[in-house]
Amino acid sequence: MAVRISMKVNGKPASAEVEERTLLVTFLREALRLTGTHVGCDTAQCGACTVHLNGRAVKSCSMLAMQAEGGDILTIEGVAKADGTLHPMQAAFKEHHGLQCGFCTPGMVMNAIDFAKSNPHPSEQQIREALEGNLCRCTGYHNIVKAIAAGAKAMATAS
Amino acid sequence: MGAPLIGARIQRKEDYRFLTGAGQYTDDVTLPGQTYGAFVRSPHAHAKIKSIDIAKAKAAKGVLAVYTGDDIAAAKLGGLPCGWLITDVNGQPMKEPPHPILAQGKVRYVGDQVALVVAETQAQARDAAELVDVDYEALPAVVDAVKARAKGAPALHDIAPDNTCYVWAIGDKAAVDAAFSKAAHVTKLELVNNRLIPNAIEPRAANGSFSRADDSYTLYVANQNPHVERLLMTAFVMGLPEHKVRVVAGDVGGGFGSKIYLYAEDVAVTWAAKQINRPVKWTADRSESYVSDAHGRDHQTVAELALDKDGKFLAMRVKTTANLGAYLSTFASCVPTILYATLLAGQYTTPLIHCEVTAVFTNTAPVDAYRGAGRPEATYVVERLVETAARELKLDPAEMRRRNFIRNFPYQTPVALLYDIGNYDATLDAAVKMADVAGYAARKAESARRGKLRGLGYAAYIEACGIAPSAVAGSLGARAGLFEAGEIRVHPTGSVTVFTGSHSHGQGHETTFAQVVADRLGMAIENVDIVHGDTSKILFGMGTYGSRSIAVGGTAIMKALDKIIAKGKKIAAHLMEAAETDIEYDRGVYTVKGTDKKKMFGEVAFAAYVPHNYPHDKLEPGLNENAFYDPSNFTFPAGTYVCEVEIDPDTGKTKIERFTAVDDFGKIINPMIVDGQVHGGLAQGIGQALTEGCQYDANGQLVTGSFMDYCIPRADDLPSFQVDTRETPCTHNPLGVKGCGEAGAIGSPAALMNAITDALGVKDLPMPATPQTVWRALQNRTAA
Repeated sequence: MAVRISMKVNGKPASAEVEERTLLVTFLREALRLTGTHVGCDTAQCGACTVHLNGRAVKSCSMLAMQAEGGDILTIEGVAKADGTLHPMQAAFKEHHGLQCGFCTPGMVMNAIDFAKSNPHPSEQQIREALEGNLCRCTGYHNIVKAIAAGAKAMATAS
Repeated sequence: MGAPLIGARIQRKEDYRFLTGAGQYTDDVTLPGQTYGAFVRSPHAHAKIKSIDIAKAKAAKGVLAVYTGDDIAAAKLGGLPCGWLITDVNGQPMKEPPHPILAQGKVRYVGDQVALVVAETQAQARDAAELVDVDYEALPAVVDAVKARAKGAPALHDIAPDNTCYVWAIGDKAAVDAAFSKAAHVTKLELVNNRLIPNAIEPRAANGSFSRADDSYTLYVANQNPHVERLLMTAFVMGLPEHKVRVVAGDVGGGFGSKIYLYAEDVAVTWAAKQINRPVKWTADRSESYVSDAHGRDHQTVAELALDKDGKFLAMRVKTTANLGAYLSTFASCVPTILYATLLAGQYTTPLIHCEVTAVFTNTAPVDAYRGAGRPEATYVVERLVETAARELKLDPAEMRRRNFIRNFPYQTPVALLYDIGNYDATLDAAVKMADVAGYAARKAESARRGKLRGLGYAAYIEACGIAPSAVAGSLGARAGLFEAGEIRVHPTGSVTVFTGSHSHGQGHETTFAQVVADRLGMAIENVDIVHGDTSKILFGMGTYGSRSIAVGGTAIMKALDKIIAKGKKIAAHLMEAAETDIEYDRGVYTVKGTDKKKMFGEVAFAAYVPHNYPHDKLEPGLNENAFYDPSNFTFPAGTYVCEVEIDPDTGKTKIERFTAVDDFGKIINPMIVDGQVHGGLAQGIGQALTEGCQYDANGQLVTGSFMDYCIPRADDLPSFQVDTRETPCTHNPLGVKGCGEAGAIGSPAALMNAITDALGVKDLPMPATPQTVWRALQNRTAA
């Protein structure tokens, strides 16, 4: 059965007819063509699909699009400023070489931004534990950890 | 002319698109009229297909077509080819069983592809795939390579009744045996190099389309070498001319070897696209990747090292059984032979080496190159032997290595390779210092006071990269050349587009290669763009694997640059009314020797495209050159890794306290990127040693088929790494580069297992050294 869903995505209203079983990530990627949110697994382990729902990081592969009805979604496409300037967390990933193939990166950045909001001065161990739900196969996490520490600091300074 | 770009930590040009979600990976490409494919895969490790009923699937909502092996046979599509012919000890060619696009009457591993369903949506295709009714007659299966050779083991292929693909050997066996009989000491280990599943975070994907307008195909695919993909698919499987097929591998989310190969799915969706005259996209889910991506490693080895009383190596004897899985993947045959046994000299002067390799078919996923490909297996053998021998002879393991280092170059090993250059003392000494080995005893005592076990382990690895001199590879059985191609297109106002046959799937070529070009042309890096991954744009390419990109692809670019600069010299001579022999060039500036006359590279480029004042009688207009480069030797990156662990005897949990890596990659273009490559390699090697291990049950069911069962390292499984480099430039390429992509994965398993066995006081322990494995070893030690 098709259902009509409506929500705010990256500040703009979005709605579509989707099958009830449609996952949020499928809605974002297929209906809205926001392909920056990735699918890297089918067991909610890798975190490549992480987006923000009402300001909190969620795995968009693990919820139905219907469950986000009326919600406020932020994807990686909506993180930089309108003029293209990178968010401090994105800039920190670039500065510290926190990405290689780029596939896990959107999920990493979305999780890191949410984490840094409540942990403005995280320790290395806190960052490593916060990455439990985000898998990277390229970087060995070394530079991701550095990037998140720097990004958190930059976010705290900016706010 | 700005500061030198070679050697600079320049931020990556590709990052902006990845950080803003603007990357274009294969699954992100949706074409007009897009349809979706889903594969029906075998649930059995070994079975006959008695019948396939597709009626229900065909009638399901949205379904456009269902194809089985019969359709593939009727279309006369060939099987997947193997790119490397190994000749066995009796001079016979290896056994090459057919590897069909869709199963022909039999399935040979769980995940073997049986049918393709095409539908309007992915969900419809997957639903309908469930409705394909395959009647299987299950057969006994065998998953262990040694057991597969036993009498009475089930045979996978008619042409290999003993499941043996080949028995191959290298070295002088009689001389090795004689040396062993006279040795003062022999160290022997029985080692298992555990099977790994690559797990690039982007699952494999392919999107095939066909145009009736010009009778041509386009395949978007997550692949590391699009030209080779096209060559294999057209010439060997589909019988098509290459100019009618375009292969695009745009952004690729990690490869690690698993995306080198031509897979059946790539062919099936391309062929199906023509049948239904619409594009067909297939994207693996993770579960599918686990069963169907080519796996890595899976060796069982008996290794022996003969030494004299002073710890000098006299000879090495190695016997390996390698599991190839159910079929020969694209480069499967060369991994446990050419890329393995030739590295057994390591960094040492061992004068005599013999290695025999038996390669075996089993009811498991095909096994092929995975980060390091043969070289991690070789390093594991050599460095576990060396460290064990040092313990047995009560010698300091660093000192033992120093006594045996090669110091005179070039050095001909007894296993075919000719090392051009190296400085193994430099990396070992630096690693010992950086790891503070001097303070280890105090740290060990401190751990002991807390009831913890501390261990230290070394690995001094070598690898052969920059594959390869085509003539050498050809003489060893390669069915392809292994050169690389590059093209420099200088635009009229002096900016540059570079086309490379190398492929970046995380390595940062768009930055590193641009640094090389911008440095040589004396321009800002923003004025240079690198294009890769599209057969319609790039003249040719052999792709990226074996840490070959900078050494072979980078050199091809340098050769094309030479031609650009040489042509520019002629133009500059004309413009400055000087003899060509008097023109000098340095980073973007042409000068006339002994004068203050000069022309900038941009002026010369402009003159080439607006040739009003131009030597038309001697020179064509335009400034665009290409080059093919075939290396004269391999490159030999080497280094020393030191790992220090602390083990909690109550839980068996291993904590890596320090991991130090000092590598010699020759000249380094971008140290930031090189460090990142080492970090990633270390994580994969540590994963092999600590957390990762592919397991099939006795019936051939994959037990470790998800991220919940197969543990790739999480952030809190790993330490921050201490990395550094020493530079001994490669002698036979103009950049002096060696390659850095695989080193971390090659050296780290041995260093880690040497540390763990040291902490536990045991001779050997199987990888992965999970808490359970370590805890059991401790209990056994206590009991013994």
